[in-house]
Amino acid sequence: MTLKSPPTPAAQPGRGRARAAIAAKTLRTDRWWFAPLITVVGLTAWVIYATVRVFMHKWYWVDQYHYLTPFYSPCVTDRCVEGSSHFGSFLPGWWIIPDAALTLPFLLLFRLTCYYYRKAYYRSFWLSPPACAVPDGHKAYSGETRFPLLGQNLHRYFFYAAFIISLINTWDAIYAFHSPKGFGFGLGNLILLGNVVMLWAYTISCHSCRHIIGGRLKHFSKHPLRYRAWTFISMLNVRHMQLAWITLGTLALTDFYVMAVAAGWFNDLRFIN
Amino acid sequence: MGTKRPFRIWRGDETGGDLQDYTVEVNEGEVVLDVIHRLQATDAPDLACRWNCKAGKCGSCSMEINGKPRLSCMTRMSTFEETETVTVTPLRTFPVIRDLVTDVSFNYEKARETPAFAPPADLAPGEYRMQQVDVERSQEFRKCIECFLCQNVCHVIRDHEENKPAFSGPRFFIRASELDMHPLDAKPDRKEYAQAEMGLGFCNITKCCTEVCPEHIKITDNGIIPMKERVVDRRYDPLVWLGSKIFRRGQVPQTSVTSGHSSGAATASAAHGGVHSHAGGSHDTAAERQAQQGVNWHREVPHPTAPAVDANGKLPLTELTFDKPAAPSPFGDDVTFPLPPEHLNFAHPQQDEPKH
Repeated sequence: MTLKSPPTPAAQPGRGRARAAIAAKTLRTDRWWFAPLITVVGLTAWVIYATVRVFMHKWYWVDQYHYLTPFYSPCVTDRCVEGSSHFGSFLPGWWIIPDAALTLPFLLLFRLTCYYYRKAYYRSFWLSPPACAVPDGHKAYSGETRFPLLGQNLHRYFFYAAFIISLINTWDAIYAFHSPKGFGFGLGNLILLGNVVMLWAYTISCHSCRHIIGGRLKHFSKHPLRYRAWTFISMLNVRHMQLAWITLGTLALTDFYVMAVAAGWFNDLRFIN
Repeated sequence: MGTKRPFRIWRGDETGGDLQDYTVEVNEGEVVLDVIHRLQATDAPDLACRWNCKAGKCGSCSMEINGKPRLSCMTRMSTFEETETVTVTPLRTFPVIRDLVTDVSFNYEKARETPAFAPPADLAPGEYRMQQVDVERSQEFRKCIECFLCQNVCHVIRDHEENKPAFSGPRFFIRASELDMHPLDAKPDRKEYAQAEMGLGFCNITKCCTEVCPEHIKITDNGIIPMKERVVDRRYDPLVWLGSKIFRRGQVPQTSVTSGHSSGAATASAAHGGVHSHAGGSHDTAAERQAQQGVNWHREVPHPTAPAVDANGKLPLTELTFDKPAAPSPFGDDVTFPLPPEHLNFAHPQQDEPKH
């Protein structure tokens, strides 16, 4: 027996093909523009500050206390001041070359391909889309299927680089427990340490790290240690956005503090020596 | 005692429509769907609206309230100011049928395209054993109620209709993740399929799907991004590729999953003429018409073998005496899934005709 029923309106060919004709581009009544706006302001301000500092080529090293700003770590050009270059100085000291030319490009690419920053700048700078249910600012869209955005898939390599750079920053923070009398401890050390802790939290909370540590497994039960590590990273990963912004803040603060002490604007608050 | 509140509701069909003003009584504790029902009972008896459970679990009453994709049964009126005009429109991404009802068949079409669970060859139904820790990740995605709010809000298709043939959408990305993370799924090429056929690369992780999900599934962080990373493993990471060659593990036969879809919207719709390759889809009117021709629901099919019973005619239910680790399959132990088409009790009228 063949059962024939009249097609529903939804299934009738040729019917229901047009979307609802709604004139307004968006009917959202909340301040949906605020988040992209604040992102543009925040990221632009940080990029301007960082660019100025990177090409300033001074006030990055406090010889007395061994404070080195993360924007110049490791200092590898022959214009690096004495004592600030822990890994040799083998690059020419042209002003266009950042003194940390080996690390800054990778840090930039790590953040540029970061899954959080991608959301942030696609929404706020590229308006694709500026907010949920607000129209995309572009006529055509191919997402991350083509060059150059296909390159976002290299995020894990920049994560590996950032991991090594975090080790270097950790060394900088430890090396800074110094005074002319030997061991020393001041407010600058706390700031450097705080920055490094937050940098580690941001780096290992990365989505690629979460995948590499355990996310790629199909059977957690066969890898209990990796599962525990994955669980820990998953807890950090939910705060990846907050950590992304916190580390921008701690990087700028650390750099500013080292700059101020190096320039003699104020003295470091010393607790020991 | 209720108060009268202003509403603007989109009325119309595929030929056109507009926002119409209403003033409706609202009582304490009510949701937007209550107001729509009151409107149907009073001023607008012909207002079309799809709904079912009124408890946020059926996913039927998806609409856009003040421009935001929401379930109307879960949107409390107390979240609006008393004087605020509440604007209710149908989902924008899908074709409208009438008033607040849209044709969401795009999603069912994409569901049909998504490869189903592939059971391991050496296990019969009833013998599947999984550890809770292995299935937990997949279980999050099983909370999906298929309200399609994520599909509706995704700008890849919301703002670019031409991407629809090439893009499956967040709901089916979490389906792909769910199965790829499933401890017993035996299909080896889900990653390649997600990249080449489902259009995973179109997603630029702006997280609107996660924002609108009424079940609070972390679609982007737990579904799409892990799936993107798994695709990177297979397609974009030379180190993983080299490691799998050297240690000879995690290897799968390279499949022939390739598609013009991944090369972008414009080429995809040009190459395929905007029509997808399956039957019954809303993009293909000929196939759709064919699907409407009815099916035979009463075909005689071979009956499965009943489970073996002991001398008393009862199932050997104790673990000690039973030769299998679990109870017999309720489908019959000789039945394997997926069922061959000739064992289904429904059939398309032309299914059994010899092919020429």
